[in-house]
Amino acid sequence: MIKLYDYELSGNCYKLRLLMSFLGLEYQTEAIDFYPGNQHKSDAFRRINPLGQLPVIDDDGLVLRDAQAILIYLASKYDPNGKWYPRDDAALLGQMAQWMAFADGITATSSAARLHDGLFYSSIDIDAARAGAHRLFRILDEHLFFAEEAGQDWICPGDHPTVADIACFPYVILSEEGGISRMTYPAIRRWCDRFKRIPGFIVMSGVFPAGPGFTDAAGVAA
Amino acid sequence: MSSPKCKDPIALNLWYAIAPLEEVLDGKVERSILLEQPIAFTREPSGQIAVWSHDGDGARPVGASLPVQERYGYFWTTLGTPDADIFAIPEYDEPDRRNIHAASFGVNASAPRLVENFLDMGHFPYVHTDILGAEPHTEVKEYFVERSDERDEILATNCKFWQPMASRASSGGADVDYIYRVPHPYCSVLYKSAAIDPARMDAIAIFIQPITQESVRVHMMLSLLDDTSTDLDIRLFQQTIFGQDKPILENQYPKRLPLDPRAETPIRADKSAIVYRRWLSDKGITYGVIPAAA
Ligand SMILES: N[C@@H](CCC(=O)N[C@@H](CS)C(=O)NCC(=O)O)C(=O)O
Ligand SMILES: [Fe+2]
Repeated sequence: MIKLYDYELSGNCYKLRLLMSFLGLEYQTEAIDFYPGNQHKSDAFRRINPLGQLPVIDDDGLVLRDAQAILIYLASKYDPNGKWYPRDDAALLGQMAQWMAFADGITATSSAARLHDGLFYSSIDIDAARAGAHRLFRILDEHLFFAEEAGQDWICPGDHPTVADIACFPYVILSEEGGISRMTYPAIRRWCDRFKRIPGFIVMSGVFPAGPGFTDAAGVAA
Repeated sequence: MSSPKCKDPIALNLWYAIAPLEEVLDGKVERSILLEQPIAFTREPSGQIAVWSHDGDGARPVGASLPVQERYGYFWTTLGTPDADIFAIPEYDEPDRRNIHAASFGVNASAPRLVENFLDMGHFPYVHTDILGAEPHTEVKEYFVERSDERDEILATNCKFWQPMASRASSGGADVDYIYRVPHPYCSVLYKSAAIDPARMDAIAIFIQPITQESVRVHMMLSLLDDTSTDLDIRLFQQTIFGQDKPILENQYPKRLPLDPRAETPIRADKSAIVYRRWLSDKGITYGVIPAAA
């Protein structure tokens, strides 16, 4: 059985919980005391991931780290319809890889800002983190706007969301916890709302389900 | 310390929890902020905790130090001269309790907004869905609120709520009794029926350290009757709950709690909130609130 080394408040762990929920996969979790215990930096955990980061999975002895890498692995192995990570189109493979790398940039900025504000990671340069996140959000918003114009709902072309959408979603939707408003990114807000309506969508602490109509309350200052 | 940035004498003269004791390490100087005043602390070779205010570089001015007390697993300090001791939580000393620091979180909200959210049962089904509440069990039944002027605290009793998963130790839905205390303008303690012994109650406290008028560090302390869950499971359960409150808290406007009775609709300001606001007003608290027009 798949084992996820997990921390509830981690958006990167949430990426994997999302995909496994979309796929209806069963898995176990081992809770890691990320905060305040810093267990991911312990010697014992560094033997599992020398980078000292979550998430990690162990699937029958295969130990993998990095949320994006794990998304690719799980979708390739366990999605019988090959919808979440289609492998037969070179252009699409390139696009998915591009946006997954972009998602890691969202982690480095939006997630960093959230760690600074919420968990007192005082070494983070908060202004640089927020500015960096806005730069990426502007790019994603424009991309999604033109995708919508072309009749596309998701980050990569096609009629089904991909691992690229999953990789980008968590630290976009949690951005306000790092003081990054989504008010000026309407295409991102519409995409978040569509994402929340994917069958099998689950929340994490800090993320709320889609409302009856279009809602992205956290993106609109009250 | 020259003149404090916080001009509220009531707030200045209170005790505040600053950090869990396990994070105060020998010889290591850590920094924090209290009421906009940078402070620093360390554990001295003698085993004593030293706390001082500084100008931003952390250096300890000769001879300067702030009062310190160790209580409930944290150290507490003050920028003023409190006229009362830190409030009592007698349950903390009961031998069969598990006293656990769940986490300290930064929240971009004012301290009184956190207290008010802590007192509000109405949000359980919507914010803590399938844990602390679930539809259709949304009704907040009639409860009592009293203000004890002798003990200078607010007490809400006879609160009841149906909860799918009241604590880490729960095995299913149950009607849970609650008691709330507000013994400090920025701290609250709740008591709820313990899963393993319905005759006794678990205690959960929030100790809020205002950083500015609109941002805080909240320290969460649990004093539980639970002989099955691990410390980690208990901590994570509480963190999950608080993670759900955080976006709600950070999206409340105005950020400072309005004390004018006409300021907000009574839907949010329910019975205990009305008493809490009036208590703050009568005390003359101005930090983290919008005072009522005279
Ligand atoms: N590229 C990695 C980044 C993972 C990451 O930043 N994980 C966070 C938790 S959400 C972490 O463990 N941070 C600790 C650190 O980076 O030192 C991934 O996508 O999995
Ligand atoms: Fe709550």
